[in-house]
Amino acid sequence: MNKKIDFREVLQRSLVPIMFIVICAIGIPLSGLSVGYLANEIMTRMGRNIFLILSLLIPIMAGMGLNFGMTLGAMAGEIALILVCDWQIVGIPAMVLAAIISVPISIALGVFCGSILNQAKGREMITSYIMSFFINGIYQLVVLYMMGSIIPIRHGSIKLPRGYGIRNTVSLLSMRQKLDNLIPLTVGGVKIPVATFLVILVMCLFIVWFRRTKLGQDMRAVGQDMGVARDAGINVERTRIISIVISTVLAGFGMIIYLQNMGNIATYSSHSQIGMFCIAALLVGGASVDKASIGNVFLGVILFHTMFIVAPKAGATITGDSMIGEYFRVFVSYAVITIALVMYETSKRRKKKAAGRELQDLQGHGGDDLRTADLGTL
Amino acid sequence: MKEKLQAFFKSFGLPRLIIAGFLLLLLILAPFVGADLPTQISNIINRFSWNGILVLAMVPMVHSGCGLNFGLPLGIISGLLGATLSIELGFTGRLSFFAAILIATPFALILGAGYGFLLNKIKGGEMMIATYVGFSSVSFMCMMWLLLPYHSPNMVWGYAGKGLRTTISLEGYYNQALAGILPIKIGNILIPTGTLLFFALLAFGIWAFLHTKTGTAMTAVGSNPAFARAAGINVDGIRLLSVVMSTWLAAVGILVYEQGFGFIQLYMAPFYMALPAVSAILIGGASVNKASIVNVIVGTILFQGIVTMTPTVMNNAIHMDMSEIIRIIASMGMILFALTRKTEATR
Repeated sequence: MNKKIDFREVLQRSLVPIMFIVICAIGIPLSGLSVGYLANEIMTRMGRNIFLILSLLIPIMAGMGLNFGMTLGAMAGEIALILVCDWQIVGIPAMVLAAIISVPISIALGVFCGSILNQAKGREMITSYIMSFFINGIYQLVVLYMMGSIIPIRHGSIKLPRGYGIRNTVSLLSMRQKLDNLIPLTVGGVKIPVATFLVILVMCLFIVWFRRTKLGQDMRAVGQDMGVARDAGINVERTRIISIVISTVLAGFGMIIYLQNMGNIATYSSHSQIGMFCIAALLVGGASVDKASIGNVFLGVILFHTMFIVAPKAGATITGDSMIGEYFRVFVSYAVITIALVMYETSKRRKKKAAGRELQDLQGHGGDDLRTADLGTL
Repeated sequence: MKEKLQAFFKSFGLPRLIIAGFLLLLLILAPFVGADLPTQISNIINRFSWNGILVLAMVPMVHSGCGLNFGLPLGIISGLLGATLSIELGFTGRLSFFAAILIATPFALILGAGYGFLLNKIKGGEMMIATYVGFSSVSFMCMMWLLLPYHSPNMVWGYAGKGLRTTISLEGYYNQALAGILPIKIGNILIPTGTLLFFALLAFGIWAFLHTKTGTAMTAVGSNPAFARAAGINVDGIRLLSVVMSTWLAAVGILVYEQGFGFIQLYMAPFYMALPAVSAILIGGASVNKASIVNVIVGTILFQGIVTMTPTVMNNAIHMDMSEIIRIIASMGMILFALTRKTEATR
């Protein structure tokens, strides 16, 4: 019985990656893109995105699901970058300074987000999702109205002509790909951003280490069962807030790495889709709402971005209209998240039902009241 | 007295109070900053008539405990299919509006049934999945609008001869189909009687339905599913029915919106349409599992009031258009507030 369920779970978990491998296998030859080009593109996108996606892992560990609120960290990172840009600091020091500035903003946002999520237990995902919109409103208020009027912004190149507010795009030419090119390495025509990967490696080691610490263990316990964790003397609320704070701070760093690769900030839209794409990529790598590993992140980035690169070209070859491919990749991103969420909820219900049945067997006929109550809450 | 007042504030909710107060302030300020009040009121009534039914579409699902219908775009898609097919089949004038409703109905029933079936499988996680069902269906239809064999020259791209345009004018079709019935003009205030009557008809229909045996069962399912099951109610069936109703109302809602607005908007337009409707009903006093027709009416007036008043009043007062930001913060803040209330968080 147990083995059967295990097999089913394994199949379910690998369903999405297999689907993507098939899509990529069909799409790559159709798109007519050369292997070298593809390899280069994927390498760049790995460097750009992996750090951001890693920030999602810790809330999943704490049982808070996919943190759509990672956008909050991204916004903190952007604000820090805008400030650093205005102070005309260049290169790696600018990035480090931006990272340092982003930390307090991220922590404040993370604490706020975490405490709201504590009041919405059981629907963290939708709440964090709405949260990202809410904070986006505040972000616009700050960037569009306060910067230049209350927060001093000196340089006209990033300020709107009216005297306050930030322009639609802020150029990051002074730190463009400074991290990626810090240690230049090209293997067989493929440029590898060694320094970025080193940062990612450090991050991975941090996550592996963090899982083993007391706090990491607490988080896992909270993720398994809040009631049991509370009985064991863990401060559940605090642990959950910390997990969101860590995620937000990391997302801030991730956004800085992401933007140094892009070379400019789209002030009002860079962050809006970032949560969705990161979450989709993580899920494509075979993660689920309650379980995700570093391996999922890497596999996910490779598969998801391969699809992303080849879809428009492949779509154009099949239908003669490149827009179809564009829409297709957006559709796939959303569909993957939908499927993952549905699979998670159904398996959660199945587990609950199985637990209810076990309880029923244990109690025989004695616990009728409890049983109906239990089934009712399913 | 003081305690009573406190209890009232508590039940009313701070965000709601702030929003209502803000609107009141705008109304008072309007004449002083030179905004024409009758025009503003006319605008609010007008926009209420466009959006009312979309907000009404929240009610059945909230009643049956499926939570806020973030999957509204699915119903909107059915409505858009009805609208485009009605034009494609050659209906014109007012007739095309009713043809559109008729054609949209089977789509709404089928999609709604599938959607409801899915939501029954994932009880407890409805809202998140509803959001993504909406997103997926909108992005899927983006491809379909390009691929489906539409030919009507009023709808397809001129140079390619295929693929629907992003906005389609309803001139000659059902532009003002309802608003044009018995309009009343008092000074500067123009009241679209037909649309309001249509809204009243549907709202009354829902109200009456909720007082039938099935409707009462729906409320029972929403407030206590275990009890409902014990009372012999087919919980899944009732939930399915509520989702189908919500989807159909959304389909009709978007058609009513279009007849007022004058254009069909395709592709990514339905994407975020759920959020204003959700926040409107919440501002009106609904919660995640409780909503009434009064909530719909009050909420839509308050929300649309803020949407129409802020740009003009703000612009005239401080020469700064912060309306967009205020709208985002107010509506999202309202949804956040509702989500954090402890109303059977997990089921």
